[in-house]
Amino acid sequence: MIATESLSKRFPRVTALDRLSVDVGPGVTGLVGANGAGKSTLIKILLGLSPATEGRAEVLGLDVATKGADIRERVGYMPEHDCLPPDVSATEFVVHMARMSGLPPTAARERTADTLRHVGLYEERYRPIGGYSTGMKQRVKLAQALVHDPQLVFLDEPTNGLDPVGRDEMLGLIRRIHTDFGISVLVTSHLLGELERTCDHVVIIDGGTLLRSSSTTDFTQTTTTLAIEVTDTDEHPDGTRAMRDALHARGVSVEDGSGLPGAGHILLLTAQGEETYDLVRDVIADLGLGLVRMEQRRHHISEVFTTSDQHEQRKEAVGHGG
Amino acid sequence: MAVEHSTGTSVPAPGDQTRIHNIGYRSYDGPRLGRAYARRSLYSQSLRGSYGLGRSVKSKVLPMLLFVVMCVPAAIMVAVAVATKANALPVDYTRYAIVMQAVISLYVASQAPQSVSRDLRFKTVPLYFSRPIETADYVLAKFAALASALFILTAGPLLVLYVGALLAKLDFADQTKGFAQGLVSVALLSLLFAGIGLVIASFTPRRGFGIAAVIAVLTITYGAVSTLQAIADAQGSSGAVPWIGLFSPITIIDGVQSAFLGATSAFPGGVGPSNAEGVAYVLLALGLIAASYGLLMRRYKKVGL
Repeated sequence: MIATESLSKRFPRVTALDRLSVDVGPGVTGLVGANGAGKSTLIKILLGLSPATEGRAEVLGLDVATKGADIRERVGYMPEHDCLPPDVSATEFVVHMARMSGLPPTAARERTADTLRHVGLYEERYRPIGGYSTGMKQRVKLAQALVHDPQLVFLDEPTNGLDPVGRDEMLGLIRRIHTDFGISVLVTSHLLGELERTCDHVVIIDGGTLLRSSSTTDFTQTTTTLAIEVTDTDEHPDGTRAMRDALHARGVSVEDGSGLPGAGHILLLTAQGEETYDLVRDVIADLGLGLVRMEQRRHHISEVFTTSDQHEQRKEAVGHGG
Repeated sequence: MAVEHSTGTSVPAPGDQTRIHNIGYRSYDGPRLGRAYARRSLYSQSLRGSYGLGRSVKSKVLPMLLFVVMCVPAAIMVAVAVATKANALPVDYTRYAIVMQAVISLYVASQAPQSVSRDLRFKTVPLYFSRPIETADYVLAKFAALASALFILTAGPLLVLYVGALLAKLDFADQTKGFAQGLVSVALLSLLFAGIGLVIASFTPRRGFGIAAVIAVLTITYGAVSTLQAIADAQGSSGAVPWIGLFSPITIIDGVQSAFLGATSAFPGGVGPSNAEGVAYVLLALGLIAASYGLLMRRYKKVGL
């Protein structure tokens, strides 16, 4: 879908992208980076709107430097900022945008009706956009990006400004863009947690360089952490400690859940499959403790993002089981 | 909630004829008409928008009203000419726009910001540029749309005059020539005013500022120029009058048409520019139109995405 090769973009005072090489396949791909990491710059280059300083990039097999217009005909773009005129209805606006993408008038109207329905706008689509809630506006923005049935859509921070419910709905919608509509998605966010639920693949950039690119299952499954809390008993007045020692004895390394609520009573260990769960169960049964909770604490991608070096070390450590 | 699932067609219960089928997502395999079509669509949408068509009732009022105001005097003149069996129209075709310049300025001031400031203010511009059209397409479509709207505004009353003149059985050849000269003049005026109006409007996302700035530029320059011309004329240096006329849009048009389109000049003393001076007027008019286009291009290169 997207391939870049030592893509660089330098502005007089700042380097937005620094020799970025990344391949993005079909599916939902998250593009993660802090503000100013180069996400928007990358999208601009991929749309063929801003020339790269060096390197090359292809979208849908088309060179961004020479085939910009062809790319933009087959790609949708949902900007991060507000982009909707308040005095027209969603229908009028999306029809106009469909025509701007080259759809004939009748097709533009049909596709608009379909697309607005798919993003969850019904009767309100005839009312001026000015009266819409943030969630509805986000849906209109999404609809205008999808109305011409692109093969690939760029969504720039689509969950910005949404409340938790709206956020979940938007993420579900993004998932459906791929599963139901068959359109690949490149979605940016600086909120990393939401991407692990939505994306097949995550690309992390920081300071214009590629930090990591791998599938979300890689990110989260190999680093699933179990949080365990046990009761104290007469036999083991400090149940947590007893538990830790027992696990140590079986060769499992355990961390304190420092920084978490209830720290000191929570043990963290890395789960390496079913055996770990069984082991924990057995150890608790042997000690005669009560299990208050045992929950998966998924690593957030943010940990990779903020402490990539440490993460690499941890991955090695995980490999040794210690 | 509103996010429905589109997993294929739902099976209708027997006898349940009114069921709404969820037909799922349909992909689009039809034609994609590309850049030129998108540019034309933007042009027609902007042109319609200049008269409030496809927009709210409120936004139709002013442009429609101004169009009526432009045409009514022409209709009255025609009525008078027909009734009194006059052998000439009370006003030349070329003079009409000069007389009505305040209305034209008001129209440019109200519609140029409407055309471009809204896209800037609501940041819709990036949506255009994320589609096949390029900066040049956007600028061309907007420029052409406002120029066409202005042409309709200024040529409409000329058509009224022309039809009226023929009804009054005035000399056909004479009237046709005058009408044609008038059309060329208002075409140039439309391009010039559209260019100036759009450039000013494109620099402010605020419609109010845009309106004020356009009115200021069009009327203040005219006021200053005609005052200076009057002073120059009164002091006997009438040679300076045509040169001063180069500094306001409407007097530029006046100069061009009195030099080349058989119009009588509205300059003080009635002396228009000579042919040599007229060339300067034409070059300046065309230069300003080209410069407007260039400035718009530069402006939109910056604001794109």
